[in-house]
Amino acid sequence: MSNEATLHGHPEIQTSHDAHHDEHGVHHHKETFITKYVFSQDHKMISKQFLITGMIWAIIGGLMSVLFRLQLGYPDSHFQFLEDILGSKWAKGGQIQPEFYYALVTMHGTILVFFVLTGGLSGTFANFLIPLQIGARDMASPMLNMLSYWFFLGASVVMLSSLFIETGPASGGWTSYPPLSALGDASEGSKTGMDLWIISMAMFVVSSLLGGLNYISTVLNLRTKGMSMTRLPLTIWALFFTAILGVLSFPVLLSGFILLLFDRHAGTSFYLSDIFLATTGKALPNEGGSAILYQHLFWFLGHPEVYIIILPAMGLVSEVMSVNSRKPIFGYIAMVGSMFAIAILAFLVWAHHMFVTGLNPFLGSVFVLLTLLIAVPSAIKVFNWLTTLWRGNIRFTPAMLFAIGFVSTFISGGLTGIFLGNSTLDIQLHDTYFVIAHFHIVMGVSGILGMFAGIYHWFPKMYGRYMNNVLAYIHFWITLIGAYLIFWPMHYEGLAGMPRRYLDYSNWISFNQFGGLNRFISTVAIIVFAVQLLFIFNFFYSIFKGRRVMTRNPWGSTTLEWTAPIRPGHGNWPGEIPEVHRWPYDYAKDGRDFIPQTEPLGANESAH
Amino acid sequence: MSTFFLLLILLFGFLITFQIAKASEYVGVLKGEKKNFESNNRVNGFLMIVFLVLGLVGVYWCNELFRGKIVGESASKHGEQIDTMLYITIAITGVVFVITQILLFWFAYKYQYSEKRKAHYFPHDNRLEVIWTVVPAIALTVLVGFGLFYWFRITGDAPENALQVEVTGKQFGWIFRYPGKDKVFGKKYYQNISDKDNNSLGLIWDDASTHDDVVVGNEMYIVKNQPVKLIINSRDVIHDVGLVQFRQKMDAVPGTPTTLWFVPKFTTDEMKKKTGNPDFEYEISCDQMCGRGHYTMRGIIKVVEEDEFKLWLLKQKPNYVQVFPDKDPNAAKPADSAKAAVTLPAPAATASIAK
Repeated sequence: MSNEATLHGHPEIQTSHDAHHDEHGVHHHKETFITKYVFSQDHKMISKQFLITGMIWAIIGGLMSVLFRLQLGYPDSHFQFLEDILGSKWAKGGQIQPEFYYALVTMHGTILVFFVLTGGLSGTFANFLIPLQIGARDMASPMLNMLSYWFFLGASVVMLSSLFIETGPASGGWTSYPPLSALGDASEGSKTGMDLWIISMAMFVVSSLLGGLNYISTVLNLRTKGMSMTRLPLTIWALFFTAILGVLSFPVLLSGFILLLFDRHAGTSFYLSDIFLATTGKALPNEGGSAILYQHLFWFLGHPEVYIIILPAMGLVSEVMSVNSRKPIFGYIAMVGSMFAIAILAFLVWAHHMFVTGLNPFLGSVFVLLTLLIAVPSAIKVFNWLTTLWRGNIRFTPAMLFAIGFVSTFISGGLTGIFLGNSTLDIQLHDTYFVIAHFHIVMGVSGILGMFAGIYHWFPKMYGRYMNNVLAYIHFWITLIGAYLIFWPMHYEGLAGMPRRYLDYSNWISFNQFGGLNRFISTVAIIVFAVQLLFIFNFFYSIFKGRRVMTRNPWGSTTLEWTAPIRPGHGNWPGEIPEVHRWPYDYAKDGRDFIPQTEPLGANESAH
Repeated sequence: MSTFFLLLILLFGFLITFQIAKASEYVGVLKGEKKNFESNNRVNGFLMIVFLVLGLVGVYWCNELFRGKIVGESASKHGEQIDTMLYITIAITGVVFVITQILLFWFAYKYQYSEKRKAHYFPHDNRLEVIWTVVPAIALTVLVGFGLFYWFRITGDAPENALQVEVTGKQFGWIFRYPGKDKVFGKKYYQNISDKDNNSLGLIWDDASTHDDVVVGNEMYIVKNQPVKLIINSRDVIHDVGLVQFRQKMDAVPGTPTTLWFVPKFTTDEMKKKTGNPDFEYEISCDQMCGRGHYTMRGIIKVVEEDEFKLWLLKQKPNYVQVFPDKDPNAAKPADSAKAAVTLPAPAATASIAK
């Protein structure tokens, strides 16, 4: 066979839609370009829509971080090109102005937390993997699923449009604490930009609820014959818990936003009390509200939100790690149990973000206890991953590299959580760079590494082609090294008490000793961002030109999605949906490399 | 122009990387998929161990590099407890960090693919699960125990003899109020606030206990070794009183007063000598995002000996007297009051940063 044929040859099976419709008559609708690529109700297409929208957001959000890192690293420099692009209001003389700096950090946080690591991560993999791995033809409600994406896109459009209005986008931080976010006179970004932010987030919540309810009902009701809950791959368990967290906590966030909207426009005083604004020289009439109420409502979602981000990543990593160690995931039940524990505790720790708000110290102590409890299931998971590697036969596919990277950053970031969850240390570390380092490593970097692991692993299933390995290796090593170079030194800045959300430290006696370090971090951030562009390029290039997948099961995996055709049509399996006879982690059992879930137990074989 | 060149270089870098990657994919196909996979696997396995070693060396080197730059000795007694807690936590988490990272990358390296190796079927082991549930639980109990012990000491009630100062945050500066001779903060109501009329806190003049309240902007004086209790307010949005050298922090929330207390150990002058920095000041940093001037919201705390404090307080004119100069009991001595007016920056002036 010639190289060309190997690289671009045709795979063994290529089910065309027509053939499978005629044969089995599962779906009778006629697919046009519009119904197939735009208003698609096929979970696989919706998943790709989420993924690509998420990737566009990731580029925008990442670019914002490059801009504000330029300011942080080079507070005295003038970058003329910034003024040329952004105009003199936001980048006068090539220097990022305070309002714009705060708008950038606010948008960076909102975009990455919600639009990339929630919408992009859960949206992509819940949609793609749930039906394929549990053996279903599609989601319980393909229509709601489609709406979930379109609400997400609607939210995206509104959020994006807020970047272009005269007073700029929301700029009160991604948490948008009132009164700052409630009063247009207190900050430019709290004018129209804040309204658009709230509207966009409301649509995002709707999207998330539609998706979440769908994921839950699909997992509970549409599992194929033999697929008991304890035979679900850990990816599905993780996505299932994630969906439950989202369904229970997002409505609380929405209620917080609605009260904020009332305070902004209806003259209510839920969050406002005793306020005098120097800009107008007037005292507001509002009395009796509590600004802290909003923080409770916000963090009641806000904390589960970090698990909404990290649980899917954990699921993806568990699966990838088992497949590529050629070994069962260690402690399947303990893995499910620890995820369950994390999901429960996620609702009981929110006030650890509020130790220094004047919270009753006794109440604080309860939250210390519950917060540090989360470290136990997290530790169980880490040790189980380590044991999964132990005496394996490890293949360093790009997905596996990212999975290992995930465990490394999850350890590093998880341990610093023990500092911050302890109220005594939080007094010193609260709102400093230590916090930035902590959540970027444990949530941002780990989340995105988990997502990369998922993308590299399931790309062949999504597009029937492989991504380029060499680019993937470069992408992995620079990303992992870069992430540590960026965020590790920030811990020291945080220990020195350097506050977050400052754009220039040079006037501070206590914090001006890190100028050189900030420059270093900014330089690395720019390099790491550039390498992500390499990934984006690899992704899109490989969709069209990547090496073709020639076998149904390229990774030698046990789970159901690899029994489907290389490019499955709508309905996933031509003919009957496969039946499941065993758990998903029979690797290296009885001297065999792997035993697919569809294979019945042998006569003398015991279930795991 | 240089930006343009930079982008051009970046683009070329991309192209070259891509071409190499593409070529190596073809070479891989020529070599045979299996051989190609094995050589890639060896390279990545080797890089795992390189990353581990360089990473640990890097962590050590970072610690050495920044040792002198992160905060020095705590300037308050509470801070000493926080520092102790910090060292306990660093010790415990540090051990876990090193062990788990070594296991992770060493396993990855050691158990990399080899034709001869067979993966070991090892799906679960309850004894191991119990071990790594119980051991972390014990370690965390220790941390929670120490943490709460210190937490309740730090957040407990301030001693009776504490000097009371009211701190009010505003966009973008700080206002301090001392209760005056009667040791009582007079009543205030935010609707009375008027920067124009020099009533930055909205004091109610009908309440006689406001008459001796001293209101100053941006510089707060406190006494070495005397406990100080801050009563923290905000006039507009949420701010936060961050006292890095004293290891203290508390939000300033409009409508809901908060408090913190500590005992300063060193005067500002002593700290200048200790740090070897003649410009040293205790700074109040705003640690809660409060708008465009957030990063400029700097206050100063002067820790002085008791005599100096008394002298300073004597020189301050009560807010009431500034508003109604004719009611000044010391009006007979014009020279003094002129001097006081100079040393006392009008709180309104601090708002200029905002403009």
